[in-house]
Amino acid sequence: MTTIRRRTPGRVLSYVALAGYVVLLGFPLVWLLSTSFKTPRELASVSPSLLPDSFSLTNFRHAIEQQHLLRAGANSVLVAGCTTVLVLLVSIPASYALARYRSRLRGAAIGWILVSQVFPVILIVVPLFLILKQFGLIDSLVGLILVDLVWSLPFTLWMLQGYVAKIPTELEEAAATDGAGRLRTLVSVVFPLLLTGITATAMFAFVQSWNEFFFALVLIQDPKLNTLPLALARFVGQEGQVQLGPLAAGSLLSMIPSLAFFALMQRRLTSGLLAGAVKG
Amino acid sequence: MSLPATLDPPVPAPERTPSRTRRRDRGGTVLVLPALIPVAVLSVWPLLQGVYLAFTNTRAGQQGSSAFVGLRNFADLGSYGLFWQSFRIGLVWAVSVTVLQFLLALGLALLLNMRLRGAGFARVLALIPWAMPPVIIAIMWQLMYDPRSGPVNGILSALGVLDHNVNWLGDFSTALPAVVFVGVWVGMPATTVVLLAGLQSVDEEMLEAGAVDGAGTWRRFWHLTLPSIRPVVVAITTLDFIWSFNSFDLVYVLTAGGPGGKTMLPVLFAYNEAFKYGNFSLAAAMGVVIVVVIVALMLVYLRAQRRAT
Repeated sequence: MTTIRRRTPGRVLSYVALAGYVVLLGFPLVWLLSTSFKTPRELASVSPSLLPDSFSLTNFRHAIEQQHLLRAGANSVLVAGCTTVLVLLVSIPASYALARYRSRLRGAAIGWILVSQVFPVILIVVPLFLILKQFGLIDSLVGLILVDLVWSLPFTLWMLQGYVAKIPTELEEAAATDGAGRLRTLVSVVFPLLLTGITATAMFAFVQSWNEFFFALVLIQDPKLNTLPLALARFVGQEGQVQLGPLAAGSLLSMIPSLAFFALMQRRLTSGLLAGAVKG
Repeated sequence: MSLPATLDPPVPAPERTPSRTRRRDRGGTVLVLPALIPVAVLSVWPLLQGVYLAFTNTRAGQQGSSAFVGLRNFADLGSYGLFWQSFRIGLVWAVSVTVLQFLLALGLALLLNMRLRGAGFARVLALIPWAMPPVIIAIMWQLMYDPRSGPVNGILSALGVLDHNVNWLGDFSTALPAVVFVGVWVGMPATTVVLLAGLQSVDEEMLEAGAVDGAGTWRRFWHLTLPSIRPVVVAITTLDFIWSFNSFDLVYVLTAGGPGGKTMLPVLFAYNEAFKYGNFSLAAAMGVVIVVVIVALMLVYLRAQRRAT
């Protein structure tokens, strides 16, 4: 009994602290959500309330009808989609090689992967700008896709090679013993087991490229080629506080893919990798 | 593909003759090549060129070729007071973000590790800032800090802390703390997840033994839990520091370095130097200085940590 009595105040305090964290983490999101539904008149009021008086979709319509946000959305889909496809094409074979072959390249590749995680892009961005300029890839979505590809690769390679390493080599050897050729083994044994990893990698690459801001800021000057983060950031600069409502609505809309992907990924990643192998 | 296949005793690996190994290596190289080429062209090469640029006099829109000028850019930087001022701001930013983030994240990780009711909800909530793009986070906090209608002023006035509305991001004295707070909010999730993983790997029997020996909660935490997660703590604080020092998006959208340069992080400074004023080589020199300082600080920190253990 004494231990329970001694522990109760501590436990209550813990709940209070946890509630504090929930408010700290959640409140800004709730505010963004509520701002996006408020009418312009309510937004202009001096004492704003947490819940909107009436749920208005004006801001969303305003955000979508603003041509540049819609176009920016289309650009973002294009850039993130192409980046994802390229990332997969390049990193599936490379990560297989990194996980399975002990070549000298492996050490160099892993060193580069680690370095790039902590590397200040500011040192790279000027020469990158000059190199892309030589190829006429400034103010071009192709240039942006290539840059996004390169900056997604370290992490996607790292991620995927981890998934490959978890596939027992015995499975491949068994397939080889059963007479399957090299390619056949890869396609019908390794690939299906790697699907979870490939999905996760694809999502990561998509979200990374969807959210990417710095390189887009440097490389894209033509407003017609704005990606979503760029359009939203420039929206802030232009309109300032007058347009809080549409800005909040636009931000929410542009967050949907990343939130959806993360929600999906959480479930995907918890289902065990080898569950698929056992079930066949 | 069947279960027995994985349960069979491991087949002894076939002996590898030199020729076989070499063939395998070549196969590996071919597979890695498509990834290697873009990485080499768009990150290794620019990196080397970036270092070289720092020793030239390259400017934007330059017609002729640039010349090698040795250490002149670095000498110029030495007397460039504004840059060093921004460096000091960057250090204050990175250190305060890292320390506050660590303390807050440790608190949250300890709470999540206690298996309280609602911890699952808090854990999912803690992941959300992670999934949000920095640009959106910056916009969201602009709404929060809005001097006229933002809830930060609203709540603090209601609590009686403030008697007038503060322009958090626009005022010289509050801009940097306000930006640091957002930096902490953004990075807390990743730090919490890492620390939580560390806490979950702490040997519970050891803690129980400590309790039996009469150590209270605080002493168990200080003498048993903390030393066991020390490597995790060192790793994540190192990364947090580097990430904060290198971060650009958040502060660029929140304040663009203003007001009056009070939140001008070195990375923002170098960006302006390059793409606003066109001083490419000076910006590259700043990049080199930033890298050198970060590496030096990390070496000192890691060595101090190693000596302490």
